[in-house]
Amino acid sequence: MNVAGLYNYWIVILLMMTGFYVVISSGNLVKKIIGLNLFQASVFILYISMGKVMNGAVPILREGVTTYSNPLPHVLILTAIVVGVATTALGLALVVRIREAYGSVEEDDIHRQDESL
Amino acid sequence: MISAQLPALQVVVPLLAAPLCLVLHRPFAAWLLTFVVSGISLLVSVALLGQILEQGVIDYTFGGWAAPFGIAYHIDFANAYVLLIVTAISTVVSIFAKRSVASEIEAHSQGLFYTAWLLCLTGLLGITITGDAFNLFVFLEISSLSSYVLIAMGNDRKALTAAYQYLIMGTIGATFILIGIGLLYMLTGTLNMLDMAQRLVAVADSRTARTGFAFLTVGLGLKIALFPLHLWLPNAYAYAPSAVSAFLAATATKVAVYVLLRFMFSVFGIDFALGAMPLSTMLVVLGSVAVLSASTVAIFQHNLKRMLAYSSIAQIGYLVLGVSLATPAGLTATLLHLFNHALMKGALFLALGCIAWRLGSVRLGDLGGLGYRMPWTMGVFVIGGLSLIGLPLTAGFISKWYLVLAAVERGWWPVVLIIIAGSLLAVIYVWRVIETAYLGKTKEAVSGTEAPLSMLVPAWLLAIANLYFGMHTELSAGIASQAAMVLFGGQP
Repeated sequence: MNVAGLYNYWIVILLMMTGFYVVISSGNLVKKIIGLNLFQASVFILYISMGKVMNGAVPILREGVTTYSNPLPHVLILTAIVVGVATTALGLALVVRIREAYGSVEEDDIHRQDESL
Repeated sequence: MISAQLPALQVVVPLLAAPLCLVLHRPFAAWLLTFVVSGISLLVSVALLGQILEQGVIDYTFGGWAAPFGIAYHIDFANAYVLLIVTAISTVVSIFAKRSVASEIEAHSQGLFYTAWLLCLTGLLGITITGDAFNLFVFLEISSLSSYVLIAMGNDRKALTAAYQYLIMGTIGATFILIGIGLLYMLTGTLNMLDMAQRLVAVADSRTARTGFAFLTVGLGLKIALFPLHLWLPNAYAYAPSAVSAFLAATATKVAVYVLLRFMFSVFGIDFALGAMPLSTMLVVLGSVAVLSASTVAIFQHNLKRMLAYSSIAQIGYLVLGVSLATPAGLTATLLHLFNHALMKGALFLALGCIAWRLGSVRLGDLGGLGYRMPWTMGVFVIGGLSLIGLPLTAGFISKWYLVLAAVERGWWPVVLIIIAGSLLAVIYVWRVIETAYLGKTKEAVSGTEAPLSMLVPAWLLAIANLYFGMHTELSAGIASQAAMVLFGGQP
């Protein structure tokens, strides 16, 4: 297996697992959203790097160029980035509301308050 | 002319109505628009089903771009059937929503509520109708984001944490689906599902295909709330506004199950999904555990919405058991239960919505003697409950019957036992409610008894549908078996 040649995938996996770990392990609701962002960013890189064609040029029609990189994954991931931004915005809006209702953004605090009722 | 444009209208009408709803802002106008648009969507889906019955499949290309390059909608029996379920439930529940939402949500945010409702409907319809894998992801996120908003509008502060938890788990699920679609695109170079299916045949025996399949299955498992990925569901359904619980319980997980079926059968093909991958074994184990554990947990719930939410997880177990049988009969049972479960859960959640409207609570302890004070509401609950148990002459019986027959056909007797055990557990948790409502002590006299007609009528519509489809199965079972055949034929 060509380990060095697959370095983009190693970066993707590293980022993905870091983000995933933060989502699971952190008790802070804002940090969870940050982890989620990291997790999504790794998928963006997966898509962006898969569009690269060996020796391919920028996908703009020019004379003398025969091989182009694939622009479609980039277009796809633009949509996914927008979705990611919307998710982050909604998530943070919910955190603000939670903070107004509970006075805390720590999961443990919130659980304790719910159980004491 | 317009009949050729129906596939686009199915999605575009609610999509355009959503911002209009935001502009209208007045609660009544927003509600009226939501109801009318749901009704139009229902008519469109009925018309589409009519076309499918005539010609089998509909292919619709956007902007005249041919299929593998442009985005194409591909409609056959399977998704026409799911479209019908989603639009019918949205229409019925939106009648109910008017009074229910007015009592649970402040007037100034009701316009926003209906906007989110229409967006959610758009997303669900888009997921179902599209023939393009990436398009599916986008619609999935539209429906998910709007359902987080809908859930967060519940009047308990726990609704916020429930929505947050759903957002985290839902986004992880959707990102897994995105990874799966990405890997499939790497392998096949196409996003059109039909095209993908053809190109996958040659490269199916690769690690990328298997990994992509695994990511898709786990991601969809989260969306379906398949045991053990169901943790977001009980709180989300318990604390959402009553109308939202009914709408989502009857449609959202159903659409996710449909997507799983579509990928398993139409894109990867049955040989790969249930032969080369050990999915059948996994599904039968997870489905059985879901049926038994969620039904048992439901027995101990005091909040009835939470009880029904756990019962939903158990019902998803039945759906998955049907798939794991890997026979046309099993798949028919799954699709049939998809339809029937939407009817029974819709009816039950609407009955709880009426109770919440009157009592402001859906705790079991507050229901004493309610059977005499709200006889019509409890009537709906009893019919829905009997259907959930699977008593003959109700819709629930038909789907359980098909499921048991399918399991017997494969000779999977333990599965038959699990289905029966699940029904017995359902008897316990439904009986607790009926016992309290009819035999329990009445609390102090509360003025006013029944819920208003605009809430009772939709609840009764679903209750009657439960009885009707328990006796006349031509429509539900007929289309379900056709859809199962289409999925099994390998032709999406």
